[in-house]
Amino acid sequence: MFTGPQIVELISELGITHVVWVPDSTLGQWEEALTAAPNIELVRVCREGETWAVAAGLHLGGARPLVIIQCTGLFESGDALRNAVHDYKLPLFAIVGYRSYLNQSTLPGDTCLVFTEPILDAWRLDYRLIDAPEKFSQIGEHYIACREAGKPGVALIAEGKA
Amino acid sequence: MTLSLVESLQVLSEVRDDAVVVTAMGASREWMAIGSHPLDFNFVPSSMGQAPGLGLGIALARPDRKVIVCNGDGSTLMNLGAFVTLTAAAAENLTLLIFDNGVYEVTGAQLTPASTASGPDGRCVDLAAVARAAGFQSLYEFDDIDKWREQARTVIDQPGPTCAVLKVAPIPGAVGPKSPGPAPERARAFAAALRD
Repeated sequence: MFTGPQIVELISELGITHVVWVPDSTLGQWEEALTAAPNIELVRVCREGETWAVAAGLHLGGARPLVIIQCTGLFESGDALRNAVHDYKLPLFAIVGYRSYLNQSTLPGDTCLVFTEPILDAWRLDYRLIDAPEKFSQIGEHYIACREAGKPGVALIAEGKA
Repeated sequence: MTLSLVESLQVLSEVRDDAVVVTAMGASREWMAIGSHPLDFNFVPSSMGQAPGLGLGIALARPDRKVIVCNGDGSTLMNLGAFVTLTAAAAENLTLLIFDNGVYEVTGAQLTPASTASGPDGRCVDLAAVARAAGFQSLYEFDDIDKWREQARTVIDQPGPTCAVLKVAPIPGAVGPKSPGPAPERARAFAAALRD
């Protein structure tokens, strides 16, 4: 739905200094643009739970991190995100890819559609569903609103395939 | 031969200068007993296995600061991929110390899987070898307190990422670390100390 250059332009404007990620096939298409961005450092981690810990350390150190993972990685992240955003109350922000939301041709009956939004609610993460190109501006608006409120947040980006 | 966890940490306290020190689990318990420093981040409560990632984030945000992470072997096993995350990020200011006692000490000293696994030569899992295979170029092992005392400063001053595995003895009856205060307030105080 969105290109790497679009995302890089947006997060550069937001002052993001580091992207901590585990890519999927949709978000991963942003890699070239993220790698080329002069003011953004891409931190590649091995498992999604790590994204929250690394982002927590970056935040404590005065940087402005952004987590990028798929919803399956959100499921994996549970304890790490609980610790960072609830125990320590760190206002971390994530872009989460919503697998199969637009198209289930690859994975018919994908249970990501069943669990993603209830999991975000369970972890008390304020999220915005971005399910159409015209909602692009809501990513930045939600990020700014969360930052000003000092709370964590998620932009949930609808994806079409696994 | 093994080291004493308490003595090992006392040596660290003598050489850390103004480094950030992130501790988890048993290391947190004993580190807090030794003293306090504004640049200590006692990761209590923690998400087990995530201390190296937390330390990496601090190291990347503040490349002007030395960051030392004190982790246990149980925590290491819970997130072995962190070895690769750390070497991939290549933060020169990051040192990972693994205090390997072979057990989950804070829950009653149950054996870790690594302590029960045996290779062809009958040895348990060698965490230093795993770290080496994961890409740590700067790697140390210690099972003697005098050698640790002699080389601790070198380990910390070495351009990293550095990993040192210290074979320590379990402490009988040891319990989990107690939170030294409200976590959000401690996080804010730590961040403020880092800014100064």
